[in-house]
Amino acid sequence: MKTTITVNGQARSLDLDTRTSLLDALREHLNLKGSKKGCDHGQCGACTVLVNGVRINSCLSLAVMHDGDEVTTIEGIGGEENLHPMQQAFLEQDAFQCGYCTPGQICSAVGMLKEAAENWPSQASEDLTGAIALTDAEIRERMSGNICRCSAYPQIIAAIRDVAGEVA
Amino acid sequence: MRPFTYERPTDVAAAVKAVAATPGAKFLAGGTNLLDLMKLDIEQPTHLVDVNRLPLAGMEDTSDGGLRIGSMVTNSHLAADARVRSRYSVLTQAIVSGGSGQLRNKATAGGNLLQRTRCAYFYDPSKPCNKRLPGSGCSALDGLNRNSAIFGASEACIATHPSDMAVALTALGASLETMTADGATRTLAVADLHRLPGDTPHIETTLAAGELITAVVLPPAPAGGQVYRKARDRASYAGGLASVAVVGSQVAFGAVAHKPWRAEKTEAALASGAGAVEAAHAELAGAQDNGKNGFKIALVARMTADALAQAREGRGA
Repeated sequence: MKTTITVNGQARSLDLDTRTSLLDALREHLNLKGSKKGCDHGQCGACTVLVNGVRINSCLSLAVMHDGDEVTTIEGIGGEENLHPMQQAFLEQDAFQCGYCTPGQICSAVGMLKEAAENWPSQASEDLTGAIALTDAEIRERMSGNICRCSAYPQIIAAIRDVAGEVA
Repeated sequence: MRPFTYERPTDVAAAVKAVAATPGAKFLAGGTNLLDLMKLDIEQPTHLVDVNRLPLAGMEDTSDGGLRIGSMVTNSHLAADARVRSRYSVLTQAIVSGGSGQLRNKATAGGNLLQRTRCAYFYDPSKPCNKRLPGSGCSALDGLNRNSAIFGASEACIATHPSDMAVALTALGASLETMTADGATRTLAVADLHRLPGDTPHIETTLAAGELITAVVLPPAPAGGQVYRKARDRASYAGGLASVAVVGSQVAFGAVAHKPWRAEKTEAALASGAGAVEAAHAELAGAQDNGKNGFKIALVARMTADALAQAREGRGA
């Protein structure tokens, strides 16, 4: 099935089996290997990408559902020559060990900060009608869809806290 | 995953007609549950009708002071809506206690209601399950039933409905608008959407083939505090062992039955002046222990008593 998706700013036309997940389209058809396949069931978050600016699990979405959508992967977030502030903060805070979950963590963190800036509530929000303060408890709760088997969580939170401070 | 054909109509009547006319067809909304089950070969649709481009993602106040929520509003947008947060806080609390941020960004109001059970045997094709393969038996009856139902179960199935959102909607007395295969519309209570398992646990709802949920309608919020409490094995991104929604004197339980469970005996006890603890026990007196899930009876009683007290005192979530 013919599908056109704008990936990292470039329109990409694909002819796909309807069963192809967005993740497989990115990795196997567009050779963008940054997004990782961890569990392939939406439980680990390693496949997180931004679709029209919103973070989702790319393993739980069909590529054909995204005809006309704009997808940003870790490759579009930033590269060696132009690191995104979140990538820089992950480096500075040593927020990874093996690195397998990191692209998903960074895409998720970028999407999460946007959600917090729009004052979306979370389970950790004590006052649903007021302004949300991005405490460590809020960051932990909002990032619970991204698992790190090396357990670099304290450093991941520190990195996100650094960037959140810059944005605020 | 088995092969399937795919279409993406932009008109509600066309979508309903497409599913009704095609044997083996299913609606595809957020896909977070359906696609997962297709990967596991538990769901086997031959045709998917993607409803993501239907004009069903709006929200509007109703003339009587309620709120009409399009069935394609995502869980994230619903939970973040200022009207929901101020008037129906139990719904925001319930939604943000379910899934992860990524899942809530895809999950929809209609899809959330129609998600399937998380019973381990439903997910394991090597084991009998009447819900997955009618007539094959229920492995949970004498098996791993720690998270099984304590209300309304049958010899055929003791699975639970996993939604948090639906528990809040049940306590709020919400209703649904649907379109049926012939293009007609109808309204039904959320409480009447899901069936108890009986002898046919594979038939989970009262929707007809091809019938599409188009909106969730909230009545004006009743007086009194609103509280959603959920107990689970880890602090975040985990299904519930049990949950309780309190809306004034209206009470519903989650993860304890094949459907969101309206606690009518608790409500009746409250109406006749019972205190929170006594009212909580009124419903739990009818609960059933299947061997490993008996802890839920004490758990729900305590959570209910505390949530009722919390709602009365107007304490926050």
